[in-house]
Amino acid sequence: MSPSLETAANPENLRRVAIDPVSRVEGHGKVTILLDDKNRVHQVRLHIVEFRGFEKFIQGRPYWEVPVMVQRLCGICPVSHHLAASKALDAIVGAKQLTPTAEKNRRLMHYGQILQSHALHFFHLCSPDLLFGFDSDVSKRNIVGIAEKYPDTARRGILLRKFGQEVIRHTAGKRIHGTGAVPGGVNKSLSIAERDELLRDIYQMVAWSREAVHMVKELHHKNPELYNSFGAFRANYMSMVGFDGSLDLYHGRLRARDESGTVLFDDVDYRNYTQLIEEEVKNWSYMKFPYLKSLGKEKGWYRVGPMSRIQNCDFISTPLAEIERREFMAYSGVMPMHAPLGYHWTRMIEMLHAAEMIKDLLHDDDITGKELMVTGERGFEGVGVIEAPRGTLIHHYRVDENDLVTMCNLIVSTTHNNQAMNEAVRRVATQYLHGHEITEGLLNHIEVAVRAFDPCLSCATHALGKMPLEVEVLDEAGNRLSSLSRSGDGLFSAS
Amino acid sequence: MNKDVTFALSSAGVGESVARGQLDRGGVAMNKNNSPTFTLDGKTIPFSAGQTIIQAAMATGVYIPHLCYNPEFKPHGSCKLCTVKADGRHTSSCTHQAQDGMVVESDTKEINDERRALLQMLFVEGNHFCPSCEKSGNCQLQATAYEMNMMSPHFDHFFPDRPLDASHPDYLLDFNRCILCSLCVRASRDVDGKNVFALSGRGIKSHLIVNAKSGRLADTGFSGEDKAAHVCPVGVILKKRVGFAIPIGSRSFDEQPISATPHPGPAAATLPPHPQGACPVGPRSNAATLPPHPTVKGA
Repeated sequence: MSPSLETAANPENLRRVAIDPVSRVEGHGKVTILLDDKNRVHQVRLHIVEFRGFEKFIQGRPYWEVPVMVQRLCGICPVSHHLAASKALDAIVGAKQLTPTAEKNRRLMHYGQILQSHALHFFHLCSPDLLFGFDSDVSKRNIVGIAEKYPDTARRGILLRKFGQEVIRHTAGKRIHGTGAVPGGVNKSLSIAERDELLRDIYQMVAWSREAVHMVKELHHKNPELYNSFGAFRANYMSMVGFDGSLDLYHGRLRARDESGTVLFDDVDYRNYTQLIEEEVKNWSYMKFPYLKSLGKEKGWYRVGPMSRIQNCDFISTPLAEIERREFMAYSGVMPMHAPLGYHWTRMIEMLHAAEMIKDLLHDDDITGKELMVTGERGFEGVGVIEAPRGTLIHHYRVDENDLVTMCNLIVSTTHNNQAMNEAVRRVATQYLHGHEITEGLLNHIEVAVRAFDPCLSCATHALGKMPLEVEVLDEAGNRLSSLSRSGDGLFSAS
Repeated sequence: MNKDVTFALSSAGVGESVARGQLDRGGVAMNKNNSPTFTLDGKTIPFSAGQTIIQAAMATGVYIPHLCYNPEFKPHGSCKLCTVKADGRHTSSCTHQAQDGMVVESDTKEINDERRALLQMLFVEGNHFCPSCEKSGNCQLQATAYEMNMMSPHFDHFFPDRPLDASHPDYLLDFNRCILCSLCVRASRDVDGKNVFALSGRGIKSHLIVNAKSGRLADTGFSGEDKAAHVCPVGVILKKRVGFAIPIGSRSFDEQPISATPHPGPAAATLPPHPQGACPVGPRSNAATLPPHPTVKGA
């Protein structure tokens, strides 16, 4: 058996089991498992089978179109792309410091996005696994089953998501794919009526978010053996933190820690991300594999997202979420939490933080201010980073003197987690599938591990022109006659 | 508006129609003001001498879908969206003079189906990607497609390769969205006196060109003050660096469909005031119908 389980030593005589597509995640992906005749696992891979091309076709377009165009990468968290692009393009229009009204309205939009995306992921996609069991009746293991057995939970999930979408609608004009942020600021601020409408419900949202944290926390306390070990693997982790070390999902500096929680780097200006991160292309997935340059390909891969952020920051600025963060940190002990199911707990802490931040912003007079835009000295290159619901999102553009985009590089949250997700499914395959007869329930264990990361597979497959390919010619008996492969560099090799 | 320009129709077809109307129907159906009338989908429409069908209809508040027609300019009759049936025969209502007693059909299933097909062909001939187009919400092509219940492009897309012209410091030309309405050609020639734009090629190869040896807008006398800078009904001629400055909800067709405001004033604070007296139907500007919005600084 290959120690890494990434590539089997002798795949020819192995049986292939595929989970295609992985369900209850955003976008399309598949997991393939190679087993021998005794059901021993020899290879496990999470493949991303979607293909996009945003980095290429954004070239030659006017820069002010970019925040609206690139958000079409995704229908779940388009706000993240909208804001990351706007932040990058602020540098193009010379907006070094936005007006308080502009920044606060952008933040409000972002926290609405965090709230709705986290609610969607937990209640709609994952609660069936957690509340019914990983190998429970598949016909009930869905949001409809939750609505039947736990109607209050389902209702709260739906209303939390709806509230987050309303925040987005009031700040961006539409629930999905709006236009609120523009390079240099925003095109609208909250009206008094919009603010008051949101204020009516926000206290309920804070309360429900807090109860959601408690629900996940209870699951951990009730079954620590499962929650602390399921798919657990040790890894580095990275996120943006505020300039004061707080959890800040909109702006700050980059910080990374190793698997024991020791700081690898801190206080790094995200505009220098290329000095930190390199991306590797593998010929069996459309998604690239980023790693920290300083540690190299083998040891440099890392996790991003809620579990990284909560354990990476020094504190949370909102009181209720801070109480929950402390409890989580106390639970995980001296060493950081590495078990993927910890993502759910930390995701709900972030949802509570987002609800509290929305409440605070609605009480801030700047949110209805009239100073929306600033401009300054024209720039030609910009990097924007935001902590999207699924993790660190990097947008990087160059623009020529005629205002057209000449270069675009996107490193999206799910891409950072590529290796980590592969590690998680390999651990689960080893823990639960190895040597056992494969059943639907066992295969769902693999999907549970993938879902914990809340991957957005459509966002993560944005590259064009770097598509690795592998073509095999087989005879009638399935024996390989020849093969042709193209690497990420575009080089062909035949065998 | 120069009424002489608008009404100086010289095509043989129009002249013949007038003559036929005078001979066959003169004085048949006067209204109470003793002006001649025709019926449009059963409604009596008064008109004055020389008015086209669409002018008379719009003066009465009846919308006839159109794209290349703009009341400020001499009709062109090219987009064919305004096609109606006059006494049973298809004709462009922007070039066909009203005649006393004429029976005109416009809002019928047959004609609207034809209009929808024309719109679908316009959409597939160019690259019209409304989701990321800054003209979305202010675009007459998009609004007319909504008005005509166009739910899909129906035909295969051509996906033509049309590079942008971003050479001008203040304006961008995105040829992908051109529908060959020639409004910029007419405005530059007839109002600005500059002849910056022209249509070149024939048939499916027709395309908008810029009158400079280099073919670049920067090498023409084009200016943001020109009338031609503000007449494009789609997203071809765009002021740079102000895209998406108007929030959703405040754009021209967010509040009302195009049938209520066929020629809305500039929704953007970024555009100069629209000349007065051009369109008799609906409010001249969204400012009259929408709540005040914060000024966008620096945009």
